[in-house]
Amino acid sequence: MDYIIEMNGITKKFPGVIANDHITLQLKKGEIHALLGENGAGKSTLMSVLFGLYQPESGVILKEGNAVKINGPNDATRLGIGMVHQHFKLVHNFTVLENIVLGVETVKHGLLSMEEAREKVVALSRTYGLEIDPDAPVSDITVGMQQRTEILKMLYRENEILIFDEPTAVLTPQEIAELMKIMKNLKEQGKSILFITHKLNEILAVADRCTVLRKGKGVGTIEVAGATKEGLSEMMVGRKVSLEMAKSDIDPGAVVLDVRELTVKNKITGKNLVCNVSFSVREGEIVCVAGIDGNGQSELVYALTGLLRAENGQVFLRGKDITRATVRERGNRGMAHIPEDRHKHGLVLDYSIAYNMVLQHYFEPAFQRHGFINYGAVYAYAAGLIEKYDVRCGQGVKTAARSMSGGNQQKAIIAREAEREHKLLVAVQPTRGLDVGAIEYIHERLLEERGKGKGILLISLELEEVFSISDRILVIYEGQIVADLDPKSVTYQELGLYMAGSKRKEGAS
Amino acid sequence: MNEIKQRGLWGLLGFSSALSSFAAIAVGLLFGFFLLLIANATDAAAGFRTLITSGFSDLKSMGQVLYFATPIIMTGLSVGFAGKTGLFNIGATGQFTVGAYCAVFVGVRFSFLPGLTLCLAALLAAMLAGAIWGSIPGLLKAWLNVNEVISCIMMNYIGMYLVNYLVIQTIYNHRHNASMNVLSNANVPRLGLDRIFRDGNIVSSANGGIFIAILAAIAMYVILEKTTLGYELKACGLNKNAAQYAGISAKRGIVTAMVISGALAGLGGALLYLSGAGKNIDVVDVLAQEGFNGIPVALLALNNPIGIIFSGLFIGYMTVGGFNMQLYNFSPQVVNMIVAVIIYFSAFALLVKGFIQKLGQREKQSGKEAGGE
Repeated sequence: MDYIIEMNGITKKFPGVIANDHITLQLKKGEIHALLGENGAGKSTLMSVLFGLYQPESGVILKEGNAVKINGPNDATRLGIGMVHQHFKLVHNFTVLENIVLGVETVKHGLLSMEEAREKVVALSRTYGLEIDPDAPVSDITVGMQQRTEILKMLYRENEILIFDEPTAVLTPQEIAELMKIMKNLKEQGKSILFITHKLNEILAVADRCTVLRKGKGVGTIEVAGATKEGLSEMMVGRKVSLEMAKSDIDPGAVVLDVRELTVKNKITGKNLVCNVSFSVREGEIVCVAGIDGNGQSELVYALTGLLRAENGQVFLRGKDITRATVRERGNRGMAHIPEDRHKHGLVLDYSIAYNMVLQHYFEPAFQRHGFINYGAVYAYAAGLIEKYDVRCGQGVKTAARSMSGGNQQKAIIAREAEREHKLLVAVQPTRGLDVGAIEYIHERLLEERGKGKGILLISLELEEVFSISDRILVIYEGQIVADLDPKSVTYQELGLYMAGSKRKEGAS
Repeated sequence: MNEIKQRGLWGLLGFSSALSSFAAIAVGLLFGFFLLLIANATDAAAGFRTLITSGFSDLKSMGQVLYFATPIIMTGLSVGFAGKTGLFNIGATGQFTVGAYCAVFVGVRFSFLPGLTLCLAALLAAMLAGAIWGSIPGLLKAWLNVNEVISCIMMNYIGMYLVNYLVIQTIYNHRHNASMNVLSNANVPRLGLDRIFRDGNIVSSANGGIFIAILAAIAMYVILEKTTLGYELKACGLNKNAAQYAGISAKRGIVTAMVISGALAGLGGALLYLSGAGKNIDVVDVLAQEGFNGIPVALLALNNPIGIIFSGLFIGYMTVGGFNMQLYNFSPQVVNMIVAVIIYFSAFALLVKGFIQKLGQREKQSGKEAGGE
């Protein structure tokens, strides 16, 4: 038997849903096995079963042919199963070395003895080509190195089965290439890798085989050699998906948004979060601000949308200075905003979907009279949007926003913002955490907006998204716009260099 | 069938919410019984029976329940309203006290106002004073980001000492070390309640204040559920960031919520001292208990305005029972302890609520599955 781990016929039910329905996943020794599926397809549940966090109703787990019972993460560790989580589990004020040994420290006479550990870590990092600085505090190192630290944590515990949960979401193109190399390296050293993702390119680049889940069921396991992106996405979504957006040529019209030398300071540290940024967005144009997370994108958007006071500079919306305008004034002047964090800003989760649909409209004459809300009108309006934008919600307009899936929450926000009278749409990571089907839908909507002659400012961390729909790319690095690029004439690699700050275009502000 | 059930009172309260509050009350009472056993085992059963039943024992006691419930319903509404908008108004006591003073001051000094207008003026003065007192922590929070709990507590003490000072300066009755009696037409009309709720010749202190409290609860319900103001305030309370994102001024929301909350507490102060029960503002350095009792009243009702009427009545009922327990040599403090336990468990009410809802879902689920198969 050459399977190192087999999960046979796993079924896990939750009230109302069958999260895993007789799923079989067989991991060969020394292979990279991709686990592909939309959000809610059952990937996380399956991994939680493997880690003993859930007990399946039926099905067995075999380790090298022998049935095992996994009652918790400790059992999983004992079986040599390790995981790099999407959100790293590191102690930020500890050094890399301290993080790696945390929980399995070498102790002599009740005192820590780090030397032994250090030798082992250094040896491991050399063997697998995982470049780290063992004494750097985690708070100071790059995301890439944090990830390598996580990988070393697994290796230090001598795990044989390594699970990577959406490992590329936080990385630059260069770091992704690096990670792919590391994964292949690990494979050559005999480790078995389970790679959870919904990025098709990466599967084609590194995986040997791929198991696809859809709506809790296993669709099948295929050899990656000979597979295509289109084939994989069709397996995942269950229908044909157009990956390339058909984009018509539009001549951009008048300037909608004009930003001049905008500076935003951190109130406490006085550091410039956005520094002297100037750009403009015109009608019928999708301008994308690309960059690695945390380079001032959020603050830029907050300043544009009125959630944060700009220190310096000016913002013009359709020719009018709105630098000091309130959120509502900006809205009335034609700004719509799909926020970065749909839970923090986008929705009042404990309000019904109908209440959320009128979050910026409830005070308009159509929805209230003498201060009393006309619920009939609100519900009718919301029902219209739900229908038009195909928002799926269990109990209709009275569904609590909290109970809806992430994709449908996002659809609801898009419906609300697209239906507002607007000239400019600020969309911040509108596809974050969504699956292929939903992403396609949202990109179509954005292009539709563009077709209607709206100006769109898109903030994105996903390079594929940047390339597939934008008309112009602005690269933001440490609060500054370091390049203004044409997506047709720039490569992924080049863009990656700008994003990492190692390249900078002369003449850019 | 189901729909009819949902539309009734249970629907208004939220059935699982009410059930969880009842569970908290039951556990609290059980614990109270143990307390009585420890204190005095032989009389525990009789004392407990008194606690449970004496509020209903005769019409006079029932009248007293209404009388005790009135001010704490008001402070409960005050705390509950703030709670719905994400604020913890622990300053209801201070707002209650300044409201009480202004009401009594008007009731004593504004003799030029004829008949009912004096009472109305006193009530309005109390609301205004409470609103001003509540607005200060609101302004501090909105503009300077001062935690409302801290500023409210400070305002409680400032209010108490200020009122003591003002009572002595303006409306002092030396013999009783308390405020002077208000003019009789300053009192809230009894509306014949005292004649209904009586025991032979002994009348209760029941008065029209209870109706004002109920009206206030209904008004709060309407504001929160039916108006744009309520929509805004609740949005601020549930998700301040989303409110800001949508262009709702969170600052204005905070101040408005505290003003309304303070006015409710201030009105409570007026209703207690204008009850015609001969109660005066004592010049003592103690924060008014009615203000703090608003917190458990609101908690027990999970901030639901209609629920607050009932939880206020319940706490009033327990107060009367505790009073009568003195017959068996139990100190009324035992009641305070029992109420404390109930409150303690009502903090778990939310937990219990979640549990009940889950249970309900599971039942529905199994029902569906059984039906499907």
